[in-house]
Amino acid sequence: MYEKMKARVNWPVTILLFIGLLTIIFPLYMAVVIAFKQPSEMTTSISGILSLPRTWSLSNFAQAMEVTDFWRSLGNSLLVTVLTVVLSILLHSLMGYAVGRNKAHSKVYNVVYLFIVSGMFVPFAILMMPLAKQTAEMHLANWAGVILLYVVFYMPMNLLLYTGYLVNIPIALEEAARVDGASTWRTFWKIIFPIMKPMHATVAVITALAVWNDVMTPLVIMAGSGQNTLPLAQLTFQTQFGTNYNLAFASYLLALIPIIIFYVICQKQIINGVVNGAVK
Amino acid sequence: MKKTLTAKQTYMLITIPILALFVCFNTVPLIRGVIYSFTNFKGFGDYDWVGFRNYIDLFTDPRIGNSYLFTIKLAIVATIVTNVISLILALGLNSKIKGKTFLRAAYFVPNVLGALVVGYIFQYIFTYILPELGKMIGSETFSTSMLSNENTAWIAIVVVCAWQNIAMNTIIYISGLQTVPEDVYEAGDLDGATGWKKFRYLTFPLIIPFFTINMVLCVKNFLMVFDQIMAMTQGGPAQSTESISYLIYNNGMKGGSFGYQSANAVVFFIVIVVISVAQMSISNKKEEQL
Repeated sequence: MYEKMKARVNWPVTILLFIGLLTIIFPLYMAVVIAFKQPSEMTTSISGILSLPRTWSLSNFAQAMEVTDFWRSLGNSLLVTVLTVVLSILLHSLMGYAVGRNKAHSKVYNVVYLFIVSGMFVPFAILMMPLAKQTAEMHLANWAGVILLYVVFYMPMNLLLYTGYLVNIPIALEEAARVDGASTWRTFWKIIFPIMKPMHATVAVITALAVWNDVMTPLVIMAGSGQNTLPLAQLTFQTQFGTNYNLAFASYLLALIPIIIFYVICQKQIINGVVNGAVK
Repeated sequence: MKKTLTAKQTYMLITIPILALFVCFNTVPLIRGVIYSFTNFKGFGDYDWVGFRNYIDLFTDPRIGNSYLFTIKLAIVATIVTNVISLILALGLNSKIKGKTFLRAAYFVPNVLGALVVGYIFQYIFTYILPELGKMIGSETFSTSMLSNENTAWIAIVVVCAWQNIAMNTIIYISGLQTVPEDVYEAGDLDGATGWKKFRYLTFPLIIPFFTINMVLCVKNFLMVFDQIMAMTQGGPAQSTESISYLIYNNGMKGGSFGYQSANAVVFFIVIVVISVAQMSISNKKEEQL
Protein backbone atom coordinates (compact mmCIF):
# COMPACT_ATOMS: atom_id res chain seq x y z
CA MET A 1 0.00 0.00 0.00
CA TYR A 2 2.73 2.42 0.98
CA GLU A 3 4.88 2.04 -2.12
CA LYS A 4 1.88 2.72 -4.29
CA MET A 5 0.81 5.77 -2.29
CA LYS A 6 4.21 7.32 -1.97
CA ALA A 7 4.71 7.09 -5.70
CA ARG A 8 2.60 10.14 -6.52
CA VAL A 9 2.17 12.71 -3.77
CA ASN A 10 -0.25 15.39 -4.84
CA TRP A 11 1.85 18.42 -3.96
CA PRO A 12 -0.47 21.23 -5.07
CA VAL A 13 -3.24 19.87 -2.86
CA THR A 14 -0.84 19.33 0.03
CA ILE A 15 0.37 22.92 -0.20
CA LEU A 16 -3.13 24.32 -0.49
CA LEU A 17 -4.22 22.36 2.57
CA PHE A 18 -1.30 23.69 4.60
CA ILE A 19 -2.18 27.25 3.53
CA GLY A 20 -5.80 26.64 4.42
CA LEU A 21 -4.69 25.63 7.88
CA LEU A 22 -3.94 29.32 8.51
CA THR A 23 -7.68 29.94 8.92
CA ILE A 24 -7.56 27.68 11.97
CA ILE A 25 -4.19 28.78 13.30
CA PHE A 26 -4.75 32.52 12.94
CA PRO A 27 -7.55 32.96 15.55
CA LEU A 28 -5.66 30.79 18.03
CA TYR A 29 -2.37 32.57 17.40
CA MET A 30 -4.09 35.90 17.93
CA ALA A 31 -5.61 34.69 21.18
CA VAL A 32 -2.19 33.58 22.44
CA VAL A 33 -0.29 36.78 21.65
CA ILE A 34 -2.99 39.02 23.06
CA ALA A 35 -3.18 36.94 26.21
CA PHE A 36 0.53 37.47 26.89
CA LYS A 37 0.59 41.22 26.27
CA GLN A 38 -0.03 44.15 28.54
CA PRO A 39 -2.74 46.68 27.63
CA SER A 40 0.00 49.27 27.03
CA GLU A 41 1.48 47.09 24.27
CA MET A 42 -1.78 47.08 22.34
CA THR A 43 -2.05 49.62 19.59
CA THR A 44 -4.94 49.85 17.20
CA SER A 45 -2.83 48.81 14.23
CA ILE A 46 -2.82 45.20 13.15
CA SER A 47 0.91 44.86 13.67
CA GLY A 48 0.45 46.18 17.19
CA ILE A 49 -2.17 43.56 17.90
CA LEU A 50 -0.49 40.63 16.21
CA SER A 51 3.18 41.18 16.99
CA LEU A 52 4.78 38.94 19.55
CA PRO A 53 4.63 40.26 23.11
CA ARG A 54 7.77 41.96 24.46
CA THR A 55 7.94 39.67 27.45
CA TRP A 56 6.17 36.37 27.88
CA SER A 57 4.66 37.24 31.21
CA LEU A 58 2.12 35.01 32.90
CA SER A 59 0.66 37.84 34.93
CA ASN A 60 -2.52 38.03 32.83
CA PHE A 61 -3.13 34.35 33.41
CA ALA A 62 -2.57 34.64 37.12
CA GLN A 63 -4.99 37.54 37.34
CA ALA A 64 -7.58 35.83 35.11
CA MET A 65 -7.39 32.72 37.26
CA GLU A 66 -8.12 34.76 40.31
CA VAL A 67 -11.00 36.73 38.78
CA THR A 68 -12.77 33.71 37.30
CA ASP A 69 -12.03 31.49 40.27
CA PHE A 70 -10.43 29.22 37.68
CA TRP A 71 -9.69 26.15 39.79
CA ARG A 72 -13.19 25.94 41.17
CA SER A 73 -14.79 26.44 37.77
CA LEU A 74 -12.45 23.83 36.32
CA GLY A 75 -13.31 21.50 39.18
CA ASN A 76 -17.03 21.98 38.61
CA SER A 77 -16.66 21.39 34.88
CA LEU A 78 -14.65 18.23 35.49
CA LEU A 79 -17.09 16.98 38.10
CA VAL A 80 -20.12 17.57 35.88
CA THR A 81 -18.47 16.09 32.79
CA VAL A 82 -17.03 12.99 34.47
CA LEU A 83 -20.18 12.15 36.42
CA THR A 84 -22.39 12.69 33.37
CA VAL A 85 -20.20 10.42 31.26
CA VAL A 86 -20.08 7.66 33.90
CA LEU A 87 -23.81 7.80 34.56
CA SER A 88 -24.58 7.92 30.83
CA ILE A 89 -22.48 4.85 30.12
CA LEU A 90 -24.00 2.87 32.98
CA LEU A 91 -27.65 3.88 32.61
CA HIS A 92 -27.88 4.24 28.84
CA SER A 93 -26.18 0.92 28.12
CA LEU A 94 -28.50 -0.80 30.62
CA MET A 95 -31.48 0.86 29.01
CA GLY A 96 -30.15 0.01 25.57
CA TYR A 97 -29.90 -3.61 26.63
CA ALA A 98 -33.36 -3.86 28.19
CA VAL A 99 -35.05 -2.06 25.31
CA GLY A 100 -32.89 -3.46 22.53
CA ARG A 101 -33.40 -7.09 23.52
CA ASN A 102 -37.18 -6.69 23.70
CA LYS A 103 -38.33 -4.14 21.16
CA ALA A 104 -38.45 -6.64 18.32
CA HIS A 105 -41.08 -8.83 19.97
CA SER A 106 -42.68 -6.54 22.53
CA LYS A 107 -44.90 -3.66 21.56
CA VAL A 108 -44.43 -1.93 24.91
CA TYR A 109 -40.65 -1.83 24.59
CA ASN A 110 -40.90 -0.67 21.02
CA VAL A 111 -43.08 2.24 22.12
CA VAL A 112 -40.66 3.09 24.92
CA TYR A 113 -37.82 3.02 22.40
CA LEU A 114 -39.54 5.31 19.91
CA PHE A 115 -40.76 7.57 22.71
CA ILE A 116 -37.28 8.18 24.08
CA VAL A 117 -35.51 8.40 20.71
CA SER A 118 -37.99 10.99 19.45
CA GLY A 119 -36.81 13.13 22.37
CA MET A 120 -33.96 14.06 20.03
CA PHE A 121 -36.25 16.50 18.28
CA VAL A 122 -37.12 18.43 21.42
CA PRO A 123 -35.08 21.65 21.39
CA PHE A 124 -33.68 22.85 24.69
CA ALA A 125 -35.42 26.17 24.05
CA ILE A 126 -38.84 24.71 24.85
CA LEU A 127 -37.61 22.90 27.95
CA MET A 128 -35.50 25.60 29.52
CA MET A 129 -38.16 27.78 31.09
CA PRO A 130 -40.19 24.93 32.63
CA LEU A 131 -36.96 23.20 33.69
CA ALA A 132 -35.65 26.31 35.40
CA LYS A 133 -38.85 26.35 37.45
CA GLN A 134 -38.91 22.60 38.02
CA THR A 135 -35.30 22.28 39.14
CA ALA A 136 -35.79 25.20 41.52
CA GLU A 137 -38.87 23.53 43.01
CA MET A 138 -37.00 20.26 43.41
CA HIS A 139 -33.93 21.96 44.95
CA LEU A 140 -31.92 20.84 41.95
CA ALA A 141 -30.84 24.25 40.67
CA ASN A 142 -27.21 23.21 41.08
CA TRP A 143 -24.59 20.98 39.51
CA ALA A 144 -26.43 17.81 40.56
CA GLY A 145 -29.51 18.97 38.66
CA VAL A 146 -27.39 19.84 35.64
CA ILE A 147 -25.92 16.31 35.61
CA LEU A 148 -29.37 14.76 35.89
CA LEU A 149 -30.59 16.86 32.98
CA TYR A 150 -27.61 15.88 30.81
CA VAL A 151 -28.27 12.20 31.51
CA VAL A 152 -31.82 12.78 30.24
CA PHE A 153 -30.87 15.00 27.26
CA TYR A 154 -28.32 12.58 25.83
CA MET A 155 -30.46 9.53 26.47
CA PRO A 156 -32.19 9.54 23.03
CA MET A 157 -28.93 9.67 21.12
CA ASN A 158 -27.13 7.15 23.33
CA LEU A 159 -30.05 4.76 23.41
CA LEU A 160 -30.06 4.79 19.63
CA LEU A 161 -26.32 4.03 19.60
CA TYR A 162 -26.46 1.24 22.19
CA THR A 163 -29.48 -0.55 20.73
CA GLY A 164 -27.90 -0.26 17.29
CA TYR A 165 -24.73 -1.86 18.60
CA LEU A 166 -26.60 -4.57 20.48
CA VAL A 167 -28.05 -5.93 17.24
CA ASN A 168 -24.55 -7.13 16.32
CA ILE A 169 -24.03 -9.01 19.60
CA PRO A 170 -25.23 -12.60 19.11
CA ILE A 171 -27.91 -13.59 21.57
CA ALA A 172 -26.34 -17.05 21.84
CA LEU A 173 -23.71 -15.59 24.17
CA GLU A 174 -26.34 -14.66 26.72
CA GLU A 175 -28.18 -17.92 26.36
CA ALA A 176 -25.00 -19.81 27.11
CA ALA A 177 -24.59 -17.81 30.30
CA ARG A 178 -28.20 -18.35 31.24
CA VAL A 179 -27.85 -22.08 30.84
CA ASP A 180 -25.00 -21.83 33.31
CA GLY A 181 -27.48 -20.29 35.75
CA ALA A 182 -26.49 -16.61 35.58
CA SER A 183 -29.29 -14.08 36.07
CA THR A 184 -30.11 -11.52 33.37
CA TRP A 185 -28.63 -8.78 35.54
CA ARG A 186 -25.37 -10.67 35.98
CA THR A 187 -25.26 -11.63 32.33
CA PHE A 188 -25.43 -7.99 31.36
CA TRP A 189 -22.57 -6.85 33.58
CA LYS A 190 -20.36 -9.90 32.99
CA ILE A 191 -20.88 -10.40 29.27
CA ILE A 192 -22.74 -7.65 27.44
CA PHE A 193 -21.31 -4.58 29.17
CA PRO A 194 -17.67 -5.54 28.40
CA ILE A 195 -18.53 -6.39 24.79
CA MET A 196 -20.07 -2.95 24.36
CA LYS A 197 -16.70 -1.33 25.06
CA PRO A 198 -16.27 0.29 21.61
CA MET A 199 -19.68 1.90 21.99
CA HIS A 200 -18.81 3.09 25.51
CA ALA A 201 -15.85 4.93 23.99
CA THR A 202 -18.07 6.58 21.40
CA VAL A 203 -20.68 7.58 23.96
CA ALA A 204 -18.01 8.88 26.33
CA VAL A 205 -16.41 11.07 23.68
CA ILE A 206 -19.63 12.57 22.32
CA THR A 207 -21.14 13.15 25.73
CA ALA A 208 -17.95 14.57 27.21
CA LEU A 209 -17.42 17.06 24.37
CA ALA A 210 -21.03 18.19 24.41
CA VAL A 211 -21.17 18.57 28.19
CA TRP A 212 -17.79 20.24 28.56
CA ASN A 213 -18.61 22.95 26.03
CA ASP A 214 -22.27 23.45 26.90
CA VAL A 215 -23.23 26.91 28.09
CA MET A 216 -27.00 26.96 27.96
CA THR A 217 -27.91 24.30 30.51
CA PRO A 218 -25.70 25.56 33.34
CA LEU A 219 -26.64 29.14 32.45
CA VAL A 220 -30.34 28.41 32.83
CA ILE A 221 -30.17 25.97 35.73
CA MET A 222 -27.33 26.98 38.01
CA ALA A 223 -26.86 30.66 37.25
CA GLY A 224 -28.20 31.55 40.68
CA SER A 225 -26.24 28.96 42.62
CA GLY A 226 -23.01 30.95 42.81
CA GLN A 227 -21.26 28.07 41.09
CA ASN A 228 -19.67 28.26 37.67
CA THR A 229 -18.59 25.86 35.01
CA LEU A 230 -15.65 26.90 32.87
CA PRO A 231 -17.73 28.30 29.96
CA LEU A 232 -20.12 29.96 32.38
CA ALA A 233 -17.18 31.65 34.09
CA GLN A 234 -16.20 33.21 30.74
CA LEU A 235 -19.69 34.57 30.37
CA THR A 236 -19.74 36.27 33.76
CA PHE A 237 -16.17 37.41 33.22
CA GLN A 238 -17.08 38.96 29.87
CA THR A 239 -19.85 41.06 31.35
CA GLN A 240 -17.53 42.40 34.06
CA PHE A 241 -14.11 42.76 32.46
CA GLY A 242 -14.88 42.44 28.75
CA THR A 243 -12.98 45.58 27.84
CA ASN A 244 -9.62 44.41 29.15
CA TYR A 245 -8.86 42.19 26.20
CA ASN A 246 -5.50 40.98 27.45
CA LEU A 247 -7.05 39.66 30.60
CA ALA A 248 -10.05 38.32 28.68
CA PHE A 249 -7.95 36.38 26.19
CA ALA A 250 -5.85 34.91 28.98
CA SER A 251 -9.06 33.69 30.51
CA TYR A 252 -10.36 32.30 27.19
CA LEU A 253 -7.12 30.44 26.64
CA LEU A 254 -7.31 28.96 30.11
CA ALA A 255 -10.77 27.74 29.25
CA LEU A 256 -9.53 26.17 25.99
CA ILE A 257 -6.36 24.55 27.31
CA PRO A 258 -7.93 21.54 29.09
CA ILE A 259 -9.89 20.42 26.03
CA ILE A 260 -6.92 20.98 23.72
CA ILE A 261 -4.71 18.83 25.96
CA PHE A 262 -7.42 16.17 26.00
CA TYR A 263 -7.64 16.32 22.22
CA VAL A 264 -3.89 16.05 21.69
CA ILE A 265 -3.73 12.98 23.94
CA CYS A 266 -6.82 11.15 22.67
CA GLN A 267 -7.31 12.59 19.19
CA LYS A 268 -7.70 9.21 17.55
CA GLN A 269 -10.39 8.09 19.96
CA ILE A 270 -12.11 11.47 19.75
CA ILE A 271 -12.27 11.51 15.97
CA ASN A 272 -13.39 7.88 15.83
CA GLY A 273 -15.98 8.50 18.52
CA VAL A 274 -17.44 11.53 16.84
CA VAL A 275 -17.62 9.81 13.46
CA ASN A 276 -19.17 6.66 14.91
CA GLY A 277 -21.72 8.71 16.76
CA ALA A 278 -22.77 10.62 13.68
CA VAL A 279 -22.64 7.78 11.17
CA LYS A 280 -23.82 5.11 13.59
CA MET B 1 -35.79 -11.67 48.18
CA LYS B 2 -33.35 -14.55 47.69
CA LYS B 3 -35.26 -15.74 44.69
CA THR B 4 -33.61 -14.56 41.50
CA LEU B 5 -35.69 -12.39 39.21
CA THR B 6 -36.88 -13.66 35.88
CA ALA B 7 -35.49 -12.03 32.77
CA LYS B 8 -38.75 -10.24 32.19
CA GLN B 9 -38.78 -8.74 35.68
CA THR B 10 -35.18 -7.60 35.34
CA TYR B 11 -35.90 -5.83 32.07
CA MET B 12 -38.87 -4.09 33.69
CA LEU B 13 -36.87 -3.06 36.74
CA ILE B 14 -34.25 -1.50 34.49
CA THR B 15 -36.67 0.23 32.16
CA ILE B 16 -39.16 1.74 34.58
CA PRO B 17 -36.85 3.96 36.67
CA ILE B 18 -34.87 5.18 33.68
CA LEU B 19 -38.04 5.87 31.73
CA ALA B 20 -39.43 7.69 34.77
CA LEU B 21 -36.32 9.88 34.87
CA PHE B 22 -36.74 10.69 31.20
CA VAL B 23 -40.43 11.52 31.60
CA CYS B 24 -39.71 13.67 34.66
CA PHE B 25 -37.08 15.87 32.97
CA ASN B 26 -38.13 15.76 29.35
CA THR B 27 -41.81 14.96 28.91
CA VAL B 28 -43.11 16.79 31.96
CA PRO B 29 -41.32 20.08 31.20
CA LEU B 30 -42.41 19.76 27.57
CA ILE B 31 -46.04 19.48 28.67
CA ARG B 32 -45.60 22.29 31.18
CA GLY B 33 -44.16 24.44 28.41
CA VAL B 34 -47.23 23.81 26.28
CA ILE B 35 -49.49 24.64 29.22
CA TYR B 36 -47.64 27.91 29.99
CA SER B 37 -48.01 28.88 26.36
CA PHE B 38 -51.75 29.36 26.95
CA THR B 39 -51.19 31.68 29.92
CA ASN B 40 -49.82 35.14 30.60
CA PHE B 41 -47.33 33.74 33.12
CA LYS B 42 -44.43 36.08 33.87
CA GLY B 43 -42.19 33.42 35.41
CA PHE B 44 -43.41 34.20 38.94
CA GLY B 45 -46.64 35.06 40.72
CA ASP B 46 -50.19 34.46 39.49
CA TYR B 47 -51.27 33.95 35.96
CA ASP B 48 -54.45 33.68 33.89
CA TRP B 49 -55.48 31.60 30.95
CA VAL B 50 -55.42 33.57 27.75
CA GLY B 51 -56.40 30.86 25.29
CA PHE B 52 -54.72 31.26 21.91
CA ARG B 53 -53.90 34.94 22.53
CA ASN B 54 -50.11 34.27 22.62
CA TYR B 55 -50.19 32.33 19.38
CA ILE B 56 -52.21 35.01 17.60
CA ASP B 57 -49.82 37.68 18.85
CA LEU B 58 -46.82 35.66 17.69
CA PHE B 59 -47.88 35.88 14.08
CA THR B 60 -48.26 39.63 14.15
CA ASP B 61 -45.11 40.35 16.18
CA PRO B 62 -42.40 41.71 13.86
CA ARG B 63 -39.68 40.87 16.38
CA ILE B 64 -40.66 37.17 16.30
CA GLY B 65 -40.96 37.26 12.52
CA ASN B 66 -37.50 38.80 12.19
CA SER B 67 -35.94 36.24 14.49
CA TYR B 68 -37.40 33.40 12.41
CA LEU B 69 -36.19 35.05 9.20
CA PHE B 70 -32.72 35.56 10.64
CA THR B 71 -32.46 32.02 12.03
CA ILE B 72 -33.68 30.38 8.83
CA LYS B 73 -31.47 32.57 6.65
CA LEU B 74 -28.50 31.70 8.85
CA ALA B 75 -29.32 27.99 8.77
CA ILE B 76 -29.62 27.88 4.99
CA VAL B 77 -26.56 29.97 4.15
CA ALA B 78 -24.35 28.41 6.83
CA THR B 79 -25.41 24.90 5.80
CA ILE B 80 -24.50 25.54 2.18
CA VAL B 81 -21.20 27.24 3.01
CA THR B 82 -20.25 24.55 5.51
CA ASN B 83 -21.06 21.64 3.21
CA VAL B 84 -19.37 23.04 0.12
CA ILE B 85 -16.16 23.81 1.99
CA SER B 86 -16.17 20.54 3.93
CA LEU B 87 -16.67 18.51 0.80
CA ILE B 88 -13.76 20.23 -0.93
CA LEU B 89 -11.60 19.83 2.17
CA ALA B 90 -12.56 16.17 2.50
CA LEU B 91 -11.67 15.48 -1.13
CA GLY B 92 -8.32 17.17 -0.54
CA LEU B 93 -7.65 15.36 2.71
CA ASN B 94 -8.57 12.05 1.12
CA SER B 95 -6.22 12.44 -1.84
CA LYS B 96 -2.58 11.41 -1.93
CA ILE B 97 -1.04 14.12 0.21
CA LYS B 98 1.89 14.48 2.58
CA GLY B 99 1.19 14.82 6.30
CA LYS B 100 -2.30 13.37 5.97
CA THR B 101 -2.71 12.35 9.61
CA PHE B 102 -1.49 15.70 10.89
CA LEU B 103 -3.66 17.70 8.50
CA ARG B 104 -6.79 15.71 9.32
CA ALA B 105 -6.20 16.12 13.05
CA ALA B 106 -5.49 19.84 12.67
CA TYR B 107 -8.59 20.54 10.61
CA PHE B 108 -10.67 18.87 13.29
CA VAL B 109 -9.51 21.15 16.11
CA PRO B 110 -12.34 23.75 15.85
CA ASN B 111 -14.86 21.03 16.63
CA VAL B 112 -13.54 20.42 20.14
CA LEU B 113 -13.39 24.09 21.14
CA GLY B 114 -16.27 25.65 23.01
CA ALA B 115 -18.54 27.75 20.81
CA LEU B 116 -18.76 30.54 23.37
CA VAL B 117 -15.01 31.14 23.58
CA VAL B 118 -14.66 30.79 19.81
CA GLY B 119 -17.37 33.41 19.51
CA TYR B 120 -15.43 35.79 21.77
CA ILE B 121 -12.25 35.32 19.75
CA PHE B 122 -14.03 36.00 16.47
CA GLN B 123 -15.84 38.95 17.94
CA TYR B 124 -12.44 40.52 18.47
CA ILE B 125 -11.38 39.70 14.92
CA PHE B 126 -14.52 41.25 13.47
CA THR B 127 -14.36 44.30 15.72
CA TYR B 128 -10.66 45.17 15.52
CA ILE B 129 -8.73 43.16 12.96
CA LEU B 130 -11.03 43.18 9.94
CA PRO B 131 -11.81 46.92 10.02
CA GLU B 132 -8.06 47.64 10.17
CA LEU B 133 -7.51 45.37 7.19
CA GLY B 134 -10.38 47.11 5.44
CA LYS B 135 -8.76 50.49 5.98
CA MET B 136 -5.46 49.15 4.70
CA ILE B 137 -6.96 47.98 1.44
CA GLY B 138 -9.14 51.06 1.28
CA SER B 139 -12.42 49.19 1.27
CA GLU B 140 -15.30 51.16 2.69
CA THR B 141 -17.51 48.20 3.56
CA PHE B 142 -14.79 46.53 5.59
CA SER B 143 -13.43 49.59 7.36
CA THR B 144 -16.15 49.48 10.01
CA SER B 145 -17.01 46.49 12.13
CA MET B 146 -19.33 44.02 10.44
CA LEU B 147 -20.88 43.37 13.81
CA SER B 148 -22.11 46.92 14.27
CA ASN B 149 -23.91 47.00 10.94
CA GLU B 150 -27.31 45.40 10.92
CA ASN B 151 -26.96 44.37 7.27
CA THR B 152 -23.69 42.51 7.72
CA ALA B 153 -23.72 41.21 11.31
CA TRP B 154 -25.43 37.99 10.25
CA ILE B 155 -22.60 37.23 7.83
CA ALA B 156 -20.14 37.29 10.71
CA ILE B 157 -22.32 34.77 12.54
CA VAL B 158 -22.36 32.57 9.44
CA VAL B 159 -18.55 32.68 9.33
CA VAL B 160 -18.18 31.58 12.94
CA CYS B 161 -20.81 28.84 12.66
CA ALA B 162 -19.21 27.54 9.49
CA TRP B 163 -15.68 27.73 10.94
CA GLN B 164 -16.64 25.35 13.72
CA ASN B 165 -18.98 23.01 11.87
CA ILE B 166 -16.71 22.50 8.88
CA ALA B 167 -14.44 20.44 11.13
CA MET B 168 -17.17 17.95 11.95
CA ASN B 169 -18.63 17.75 8.45
CA THR B 170 -15.24 17.26 6.84
CA ILE B 171 -14.48 14.27 9.05
CA ILE B 172 -17.85 12.73 8.17
CA TYR B 173 -17.28 13.28 4.45
CA ILE B 174 -13.82 11.72 4.74
CA SER B 175 -15.27 8.61 6.35
CA GLY B 176 -17.80 8.59 3.50
CA LEU B 177 -15.12 8.88 0.84
CA GLN B 178 -13.25 5.99 2.42
CA THR B 179 -16.23 3.73 1.76
CA VAL B 180 -15.94 4.37 -1.98
CA PRO B 181 -14.12 1.34 -3.37
CA GLU B 182 -11.06 1.97 -5.53
CA ASP B 183 -12.43 -0.10 -8.45
CA VAL B 184 -15.29 2.35 -8.90
CA TYR B 185 -12.71 4.90 -9.98
CA GLU B 186 -10.91 2.39 -12.13
CA ALA B 187 -14.16 1.62 -13.91
CA GLY B 188 -14.71 5.35 -14.25
CA ASP B 189 -11.26 5.83 -15.74
CA LEU B 190 -12.06 3.23 -18.37
CA ASP B 191 -15.19 5.16 -19.30
CA GLY B 192 -13.11 8.32 -19.52
CA ALA B 193 -14.66 10.09 -16.55
CA THR B 194 -12.55 12.94 -15.21
CA GLY B 195 -12.64 15.77 -12.69
CA TRP B 196 -16.09 17.18 -12.05
CA LYS B 197 -17.85 14.43 -13.96
CA LYS B 198 -16.12 11.78 -11.89
CA PHE B 199 -17.22 13.51 -8.73
CA ARG B 200 -20.76 14.24 -9.86
CA TYR B 201 -21.59 10.81 -11.27
CA LEU B 202 -19.31 8.45 -9.37
CA THR B 203 -18.21 9.79 -6.01
CA PHE B 204 -21.14 11.90 -4.94
CA PRO B 205 -23.92 9.33 -5.42
CA LEU B 206 -21.95 6.91 -3.28
CA ILE B 207 -21.57 9.33 -0.38
CA ILE B 208 -25.15 10.58 -0.36
CA PRO B 209 -25.89 8.92 3.01
CA PHE B 210 -23.06 10.98 4.50
CA PHE B 211 -24.33 14.10 2.78
CA THR B 212 -27.70 13.45 4.44
CA ILE B 213 -26.12 13.10 7.88
CA ASN B 214 -24.29 16.38 7.40
CA MET B 215 -27.37 18.21 6.22
CA VAL B 216 -29.41 17.04 9.18
CA LEU B 217 -26.62 17.84 11.66
CA CYS B 218 -26.02 21.29 10.18
CA VAL B 219 -29.61 22.39 9.94
CA LYS B 220 -30.36 21.23 13.47
CA ASN B 221 -27.26 22.90 14.92
CA PHE B 222 -27.79 26.16 13.11
CA LEU B 223 -31.50 26.43 13.84
CA MET B 224 -30.69 26.13 17.54
CA VAL B 225 -27.78 28.58 17.43
CA PHE B 226 -27.25 30.31 20.78
CA ASP B 227 -23.66 30.43 22.06
CA GLN B 228 -22.31 32.33 19.08
CA ILE B 229 -25.06 34.94 19.36
CA MET B 230 -24.49 35.27 23.08
CA ALA B 231 -20.76 35.79 22.53
CA MET B 232 -20.76 38.00 19.45
CA THR B 233 -23.80 40.23 19.15
CA GLN B 234 -26.28 39.52 21.95
CA GLY B 235 -28.93 39.74 19.25
CA GLY B 236 -27.86 43.18 18.04
CA PRO B 237 -27.45 45.50 16.27
CA ALA B 238 -31.09 46.54 16.19
CA GLN B 239 -32.19 42.95 16.95
CA SER B 240 -30.92 41.87 13.53
CA THR B 241 -29.17 38.74 14.83
CA GLU B 242 -31.69 37.52 17.38
CA SER B 243 -31.90 33.76 16.90
CA ILE B 244 -35.04 32.01 18.08
CA SER B 245 -33.26 30.27 20.97
CA TYR B 246 -31.67 33.54 22.03
CA LEU B 247 -34.97 35.40 21.91
CA ILE B 248 -36.70 32.73 24.00
CA TYR B 249 -33.89 32.82 26.55
CA ASN B 250 -33.61 36.58 26.65
CA ASN B 251 -37.27 37.52 26.78
CA GLY B 252 -38.66 34.42 28.42
CA MET B 253 -36.08 33.81 31.12
CA LYS B 254 -34.89 37.33 31.75
CA GLY B 255 -37.57 39.55 30.26
CA GLY B 256 -40.61 38.17 32.07
CA SER B 257 -42.69 37.14 29.06
CA PHE B 258 -42.55 33.51 30.08
CA GLY B 259 -45.97 32.54 28.74
CA TYR B 260 -45.57 34.35 25.45
CA GLN B 261 -42.10 32.91 24.78
CA SER B 262 -43.42 29.46 25.70
CA ALA B 263 -45.81 29.80 22.78
CA ASN B 264 -42.86 30.82 20.64
CA ALA B 265 -40.96 27.74 21.85
CA VAL B 266 -43.88 25.47 20.98
CA VAL B 267 -43.97 26.87 17.44
CA PHE B 268 -40.18 26.49 17.23
CA PHE B 269 -40.48 22.86 18.35
CA ILE B 270 -43.06 22.16 15.65
CA VAL B 271 -40.86 23.85 13.03
CA ILE B 272 -37.89 21.65 14.04
CA VAL B 273 -39.96 18.47 13.91
CA VAL B 274 -41.43 19.36 10.50
CA ILE B 275 -38.03 20.24 9.02
CA SER B 276 -36.35 17.12 10.43
CA VAL B 277 -39.10 14.79 9.20
CA ALA B 278 -39.13 16.47 5.78
CA GLN B 279 -35.34 16.19 5.50
CA MET B 280 -35.37 12.53 6.40
CA SER B 281 -38.16 11.57 4.03
CA ILE B 282 -36.58 13.50 1.15
CA SER B 283 -33.18 11.90 1.66
CA ASN B 284 -34.74 8.44 2.06
CA LYS B 285 -36.40 8.87 -1.31
CA LYS B 286 -33.14 9.99 -2.88
CA GLU B 287 -31.30 7.00 -1.52
CA GLU B 288 -33.99 4.68 -2.81
CA GLN B 289 -33.74 6.14 -6.28
CA LEU B 290 -30.06 5.36 -6.50
